Amino acid sequence: MNQFEYIRTTDSKAAIKAMTKTGEAQFLAGGTNLVDLMKMRIVVPDRLIDINPLPLRDIEKTLTGLRIGALASNSEVAEHPLVKKNYPLLSLAINAGASAQLRNMATTGGNMMQRTRCPYFFDVTLPCNKRSPGSGCSALEGYNRMHAIFGASTACIAVNPSDMSVGMATLDAVVHVSGPKGDRSMKFTDFHRLPGNEPQKDNNLLPGELIIAVDLPASRYPQNVAYVKVRDRNSYAFALISVAAALDIRDGIIHTASLGMGGVAHKPWRLTAAEAFLAGKKPVDENFRKAAAISMEGAKAYVLNKFKLTMAPNAIRAALQQAAAKA
Amino acid sequence: MARKKIPVAPDGDTTSASRRDFIKQSSLLTAIALAPGSVIKAAEERWDEKFAGIFEKLPLHLEVNGVKHTLSVEPRVTLLDLLREELQLTGTKKGCDRGQCGACTVHVDGKRVNSCLSLAITNEGKKITTIEGLADGDKLHPMQEAFIKHDGFQCGYCTSGQIMSGVACIKEGHAGSPEEIREFMSGNICRCGAYTNIVKAISEVKQGGMS
Repeated sequence: MNQFEYIRTTDSKAAIKAMTKTGEAQFLAGGTNLVDLMKMRIVVPDRLIDINPLPLRDIEKTLTGLRIGALASNSEVAEHPLVKKNYPLLSLAINAGASAQLRNMATTGGNMMQRTRCPYFFDVTLPCNKRSPGSGCSALEGYNRMHAIFGASTACIAVNPSDMSVGMATLDAVVHVSGPKGDRSMKFTDFHRLPGNEPQKDNNLLPGELIIAVDLPASRYPQNVAYVKVRDRNSYAFALISVAAALDIRDGIIHTASLGMGGVAHKPWRLTAAEAFLAGKKPVDENFRKAAAISMEGAKAYVLNKFKLTMAPNAIRAALQQAAAKA
Repeated sequence: MARKKIPVAPDGDTTSASRRDFIKQSSLLTAIALAPGSVIKAAEERWDEKFAGIFEKLPLHLEVNGVKHTLSVEPRVTLLDLLREELQLTGTKKGCDRGQCGACTVHVDGKRVNSCLSLAITNEGKKITTIEGLADGDKLHPMQEAFIKHDGFQCGYCTSGQIMSGVACIKEGHAGSPEEIREFMSGNICRCGAYTNIVKAISEVKQGGMS
């Protein structure tokens, strides 16, 4: 690991100010991704700003929903009584990711900031536009089994690895950030971005901005939810495909549906066309099949991930079935 | 003949610094040389807690297995390397050193973490428990007893991590069934494949009422 300046502060303004000084700086929270990347010399910061002492750990009720501090750990969120009761989809999604040890360390904001698991991003001897802009994408014609089927570009076909983010995006969460130019908020679905010509940018944060909290709106899906994650081993592996499904079923009819997918794009992938299709329909398999088919429109596979074109709709259908079956 | 201790980089990294790092570090050194002292700089910038330029060490207060330590560490040293290299607590193992195997599992303020991904300096004031702190004198912890009874290991390299993780798994309330134990112990890899017996050991301790 390289040597770096280390700053620890209890004041978020000071943390943001330290971020905007010359040289490459990184905020350090749980460290589960950043410290790993530093050991691999994929991230070589001049300065680490330890934000762990900032007062951003609380999980608290808001007027209509729940506010999750950016430093609340993944396990604190997944195990929180209000999350389990009102947002069980988020608990399921978080617990489908990483290991118990990592979830104890990893934070809400840090989880959102985690980098892709594309093997070429990790291999510093090979081209990667995300790690080294302009060098090329090795995955396009390389080992692209884990890669995107939606929203990719010729510059990058990597996927976002977060399960938590799929849950947050599906639940219409809102992200609050603070930066050198003040505070602002954005939809969770607008936090991460598609690669386009700038795959080095995973998200839409501006320079120096710090994630402060994530708000969940009033609970719409306390019951009929499922998180289906298909992976190479039963636990502790990144998703080939994951599906978050939430249904609001009233009198045998789907009032609203929220659906999100992981392992398929550079950001959590909302299935808005399928959601619109399911609203007002009966929660039956025929409709689930159609919703899955609708979701696949525009999908594009590469040499080694063609299986995802079959696996994804099957996973969507399975998630909808599981969500509908919860009484 | 006494064994001479071979000096290692704090993270055990033996790769040489790249040219890019060298340039970065040289220019940083210049910057630091031109700047006023760290303390003054920290005060000016409202970095009200701690500041360390490169090559500087910071004080660190830790309680490890009930013993209080005042240490001086480089910010890039991991908790794992601190425990093993500075405190000679070598029961905690370095497996992958990347948070993928769980051999380095310790408890920080009662919660299990991968010590290889935790920079030591971020644990100021915390209480660390390692495998060496689990037994009560000569009396083994019930989880240690259970691992011996059920043969929960072969080569033993992952065992301290498995035991630390198993104790926490029960505390967290995630040892309700063999399926739940397997899911919540998935962060501890056993290359020998002693999983069946590890699950048996944890189940037995759970049923024995360990809180």
